[in-house]
Amino acid sequence: MSREKLDQMADRERERQEKFDRRVFCCISTACLSAGAGRTMQALKDGLEASQSGDKVEVVQTGCMGLCSRGPLVRVRENTGEETYYADVTTELAEELIAKYVPLSEPKAGDEALAPEIIETRSRLEAARRKRTLKKHILSQNLPFFTKQVKVVLRDVGYVDPEKLEDYLAHGGYQALYKAITEMTPEEVCDEMSRSGLRGRGGAGFPTGTKWTFVRKAESDIKYVVVNGDEGDPGAYMDRTMMEDNPHQVLEGMMIAAYAVGAYHGFFYIRGEYPIAIDRIRRAIRAARRAGILGDSILGSDFNFNADVRIGAGAFVCGEETALIHSIEGKRGMPRMRPPYPATSGLWGKPTVINNVETMASVPAILLNGADWYAKIGTDQSKGTKVFALAGQLTNTGLIEVPMGISLREIVYEMGDNVPGDAEFKAAQTGGPSGGCIPMSHVDTPVDYERLKELGSIMGSGGLVIIDSTTSMPQFARFFMDFCVDESCGKCVPCRVGTVQIRALLDKLLEGRGQVGDLERLEEVCEIVKSTSLCGLGQSAPNPVLSTLQFFREEYEILLPS
Amino acid sequence: MAKKQSSNGKGQSKAPHPSGDERYKVIDRTMKRFKYEKDALLEVLHATQETFGFLSDDLLIYISNHLQVPLSQVYGVATFYHLFTFEPLGKHNCIICTGTACHVKGSASIAEAISQKFNVPIGKTTEDGLLSLTTARCLGSCGLAPVTVLDGEVHGKATDESTIERVERVLANEVKV
Repeated sequence: MSREKLDQMADRERERQEKFDRRVFCCISTACLSAGAGRTMQALKDGLEASQSGDKVEVVQTGCMGLCSRGPLVRVRENTGEETYYADVTTELAEELIAKYVPLSEPKAGDEALAPEIIETRSRLEAARRKRTLKKHILSQNLPFFTKQVKVVLRDVGYVDPEKLEDYLAHGGYQALYKAITEMTPEEVCDEMSRSGLRGRGGAGFPTGTKWTFVRKAESDIKYVVVNGDEGDPGAYMDRTMMEDNPHQVLEGMMIAAYAVGAYHGFFYIRGEYPIAIDRIRRAIRAARRAGILGDSILGSDFNFNADVRIGAGAFVCGEETALIHSIEGKRGMPRMRPPYPATSGLWGKPTVINNVETMASVPAILLNGADWYAKIGTDQSKGTKVFALAGQLTNTGLIEVPMGISLREIVYEMGDNVPGDAEFKAAQTGGPSGGCIPMSHVDTPVDYERLKELGSIMGSGGLVIIDSTTSMPQFARFFMDFCVDESCGKCVPCRVGTVQIRALLDKLLEGRGQVGDLERLEEVCEIVKSTSLCGLGQSAPNPVLSTLQFFREEYEILLPS
Repeated sequence: MAKKQSSNGKGQSKAPHPSGDERYKVIDRTMKRFKYEKDALLEVLHATQETFGFLSDDLLIYISNHLQVPLSQVYGVATFYHLFTFEPLGKHNCIICTGTACHVKGSASIAEAISQKFNVPIGKTTEDGLLSLTTARCLGSCGLAPVTVLDGEVHGKATDESTIERVERVLANEVKV
């Protein structure tokens, strides 16, 4: 497809959207679906159909709007740009919404024989018009939960229909790709990434530009690009949201990476537990291929690229890049020694770029707005924004995108609106089973890669679970050790045996059989596992224990005989 | 069980499986789509489990023969990944999410409550084959923790009582039929 056709498609879609007086967006992301968004969406559609005003108002299915704990969420956007959010939208409330926002048009002439169910819906809409419950469900956009966010990656999530390529195009989709392949050399793209300061959002925080440059310089006819969508950290769902709610943005980022390094083929490796994400990415690939955005001579250039999906099968360790490569090759997902790094010898021994979903999704915005724009957001060492899945014992839970360097206090007390009930904030757990707990005393710490590491935790992929005073830390640490024992692939001894020993020691303490010296032994085993394991899983597995030992030692000490 | 076959494995998909089970065609189609590449093992296992519900020994042998991958390797790969199961699931399946967010909001108690009430160990199926109780690492609905899934329907902000009630409801329908 040529640039003109791309623009035409985008313009047509924009014109179509502007014809409506207002558009009603209903979140159909996994969390809202669990809260009944499927029924809400149906009620909105039925109401719209019955009111015979489909030419004035459009009901759109869309992705995550953020405040998952108040789902199903619905947003009404006027043609003027004015927006109103509604929380906890049940089917009754959906009808009231339609009654308020959609004029009940008279049936057109010759259309008298309305179906009985439509007549019934119309009378319900008439009745709903008199209700006054809607006001109580309005979600103020002045809440810190919304005002503190800076949206780069999630910019269009919640606005675009994830199953509609045209909608993504109307939001400026694939313009960054076009800019890259027509105006920039691969080298310039890599440099732009380096200057932006973007670091890998999968956990380790390796500079993306540097990684791409390695692969670009590697000499090989065949190179690969892999999007790591094996989001295994319990409590993290940013990547799932991106893949489900704006799959084309991830695909665009992947294609820019491919152009920058000289790859013609790429794979999405997606967690098997995410059926909707798998489906949406597959649809996006098909739609892009049909439109000539993916395939040969992309957008009229001489750049060719194809993408495929590979499905994970529930192994946490496959998030580690060498294990992931083995899994795509159809083998047991076990990691191997590095070097060689995948940048020189990756998939089938070829140079391979592996980036996390969020990293790829950041790429289009950086190319369009420039590296300098991106580098202005965040801190010295950690640039840009980070998406967090805010969960646990907090009033407001959901998905937030914040600038790097925001303090934990702002996230917990302002955005999250504190811990509900009488309990108090105790700690924030970042990085899942590989991370640690940050206590109240460090709540003013700016959240970036370096600071979290100093505190014995890691940024991780972005799970942020808040724990209140009712949770016992040794038990919480044991929960994570249980996870690591289960997920250790068994290849190297420190991880396979060490994690079991750590868990046994924790059990001993928790069952009241603790002895003097057990805490020292626990620390010793943790240090050995940390320093001698083969891959990131083992090296970080003791973090939950070590960080709780550091900050909540008294909770362990009372388990020892006095 | 599959017959001995030619070296490249191609062209085998036309003959129906000796058991007459039409579902084997799904496996054949998947293998064909990947041109019988050994690398496609994981994809073939996924397709097989989706069609048959679980991976029996016969199925693993069938895949081993057709992809020309040693049976030990097929078994090794299949058992490595948590998502593959080797026993049929019950007619109804109750999944309790045990991710971090659900854990701090009491998912362990829900799993224990279901296990006691319906006399089914976690990860197993009742003797009558009606109910399986399984756990999941994280379903990604952390905003609504704790989360349970009964027969594909997700239920957020669950409690012991609400989950028991939902399971009772599907099992009650079962007895009437």
